[in-house]
Amino acid sequence: MYRYDSIDQQLINERVAQYRGQIDRNLAGALSDDELRPLRLQNGLYIQRHGPMLRIAIPYGMLSATQLRKLAEISRRYDRSIGHFTTRQNMQLNWPKFEETPEILGELASVEMHAVQTSGNCIRNITTDQFAGIAPDELTDPRPYCEVLRQWSTFHPEFAYLPRKFKIAVNAAAQDRAVIRAHDVGLEIVSNAAGEIGVKVFVGGGLGRTPVIGKVINEFLPRRHLLSYLDAVLRVYNRYGRRDNMYKARIKILVNALGIDEFKRQVDAEWAHLKDGPTTLTDDEFDRVARHFTPPAYVTLPADDLSFATALKDDKAFAAWVKRCVHAHKVSGYAAITLSLKAPGVAPGDITDTQMEAVADLADRFSFGELRVTHEQNVVLSDVRKSDLYEVWKIARANGLATPNIGLLTDMICCPGGDLCALANARSVPIADAVQKQFDDLDYLYDIGDISLNISGCMNSCGHHHVANIGILGVDKNSEEWYQITVGGQQGNSTTIGKVIGPSFYADEVPQVIAALIDVYIEQRTTSERFIDTFLRLGLAPFKQRAYAGRDKRKIAAAESAETETAPLTKVANA
Amino acid sequence: MPKIIKNGQIVDDGWQVLKLADDQTVESIAIPEDPVLLPLAVWLARREDILSRGVPHGVWLDSSEGPEAIAGDLEQLAVIGVNFPKFTDGRSYSTARLLRERYGYRGEIRAIGDVLQDQLFFMKRCGIDAYALRADKDSNAALASLRDFSETYQAAVDQPQPLFRRRTV
Repeated sequence: MYRYDSIDQQLINERVAQYRGQIDRNLAGALSDDELRPLRLQNGLYIQRHGPMLRIAIPYGMLSATQLRKLAEISRRYDRSIGHFTTRQNMQLNWPKFEETPEILGELASVEMHAVQTSGNCIRNITTDQFAGIAPDELTDPRPYCEVLRQWSTFHPEFAYLPRKFKIAVNAAAQDRAVIRAHDVGLEIVSNAAGEIGVKVFVGGGLGRTPVIGKVINEFLPRRHLLSYLDAVLRVYNRYGRRDNMYKARIKILVNALGIDEFKRQVDAEWAHLKDGPTTLTDDEFDRVARHFTPPAYVTLPADDLSFATALKDDKAFAAWVKRCVHAHKVSGYAAITLSLKAPGVAPGDITDTQMEAVADLADRFSFGELRVTHEQNVVLSDVRKSDLYEVWKIARANGLATPNIGLLTDMICCPGGDLCALANARSVPIADAVQKQFDDLDYLYDIGDISLNISGCMNSCGHHHVANIGILGVDKNSEEWYQITVGGQQGNSTTIGKVIGPSFYADEVPQVIAALIDVYIEQRTTSERFIDTFLRLGLAPFKQRAYAGRDKRKIAAAESAETETAPLTKVANA
Repeated sequence: MPKIIKNGQIVDDGWQVLKLADDQTVESIAIPEDPVLLPLAVWLARREDILSRGVPHGVWLDSSEGPEAIAGDLEQLAVIGVNFPKFTDGRSYSTARLLRERYGYRGEIRAIGDVLQDQLFFMKRCGIDAYALRADKDSNAALASLRDFSETYQAAVDQPQPLFRRRTV
């Protein structure tokens, strides 16, 4: 993975010093809370419902075992021994002390980490495929591109005060696992007929209160132009994006208002001045950065391992885990595994300090000391020998990290919700917990098969509910928690926004509604269909009908009247 | 005399920033006989009159006003102000870069408005070389923030070569 040189380290050290000074001035009364706010946000510090929350950057999801051990130590020393992985592959600490945050950032800097630009109206942490570098279906390793983008976006002087946040994701595989079409800018690494590497650029995607699928603005951008082109996109956005209404400030609103053709014309006009300038990337720079991501020292192994095959045959529980949590690797004899952070009774994405240490040990012993965080809030060990899988599974299981549910209904993406987040309109973790309890039979979960269920506690959509097969959105109606259900969303190459099935539900109705939706699928599916396939064939109607069948008439009436009476929520992101 | 930060030092400064009050019009507003930064609209409407006075003058651009409107006038402007109505409004960073990098303006670019210590480093990188700090803020403390970082990744006005063209390894 990328290792800092002396300049990268110096910059991060200087950032800590700068932040320490800002906190000191705030405590001394020389820097007001309002003046500090965007500064602390750009260092990951929110002020939440119960106190501060610190969001630590994990650039494109890559962590070393050493870094994860440091996170464990920090969580123990400065928090409540627990961390939460987010859909931007970052980690949140929910109970740090305000005054101690400079110290935490200092600790992070000692392991080449930081919290730079994990919040605020700036370019956020770049995300990518958790199987980068090992996926059999990838064109090239996207991580050098991510690192080039990380350096370009870090402390970018022109784009630190954009109209709104700006998220970039990169994919280089045949199957998009980074939801690039739901980003302000999505980058797909492609090659042209001549074999030249370039980038297909999507712009104006995003979730939030106005979900939009990104539009193609450039079919093939030679990779050397990546940064100058993004400078042009960002400059047009910085100058002309709306700043009068924060709900209409994302780039997707500008792109939709101008139309993609006019937006592209403006970007091209701007880019004409920047193209081939000093920001033009060099092959030397791509090569320099790519050298940080050279493959680890794989040994030559047969594709099949006898002990693995035996364990698969003899141990049903192991076989179940392998089916859901072990993934193909492009090197013979190796596999990638997902350690599930979706165990029953645990908030999705949460990991304890001892689990962090267990994962770090697993990474050191079995996977070259590296790991990745997924945007689905799990952890991946990317380079495990097949002959080691049984041993890894036993250790993972002993640490509560081997729930065999990856890609199943209980592998939910879920934001922290109203229990912690100041923005949330409703709690999300208790809903996840209720769904876990409703679907506690693993055999039934396997029978349901591949499906995504995501939960967001408010319109900011941190839980990516729009692009889930079943999405749950917490809404506030007359100070009560209600839940709106969407069906038919998808991530990946066919990213689609789900459709709202109707009036919202009370929290205690949600598990039954999910069960009803699943029943329709089970009854109607053909042998080869996943939930989403059945939905696409049948449409919304049978799902909607079943969801509301037999529902208390009074509740429906209440929901409908609340729906029309309540003004749109007024809470605002970036607390 | 008011002080500003200019070329890395705190200096006395006699320039006024003229603003149109609600009851004033571009035609009626009185232009002082001292060095003055004029609203763009006043400059555009009364350029000949202003040039004939022989008093140092400049123009200030609000954050919604790009540099395009004065692109042909740059040689006549000793100072261009770029306004930050709120420090979180980042449009004037683009304006300053365009003035320097696209239009080749070499005179003073002065940040006015909600100008605070913690934004000075980025302002400097974008080609702003004078800072009229908000009146309640400490210029001495702010001066240090021009050096918050000793290196930069991106190309910008202060360092036209990105780090990747300058790294030795």
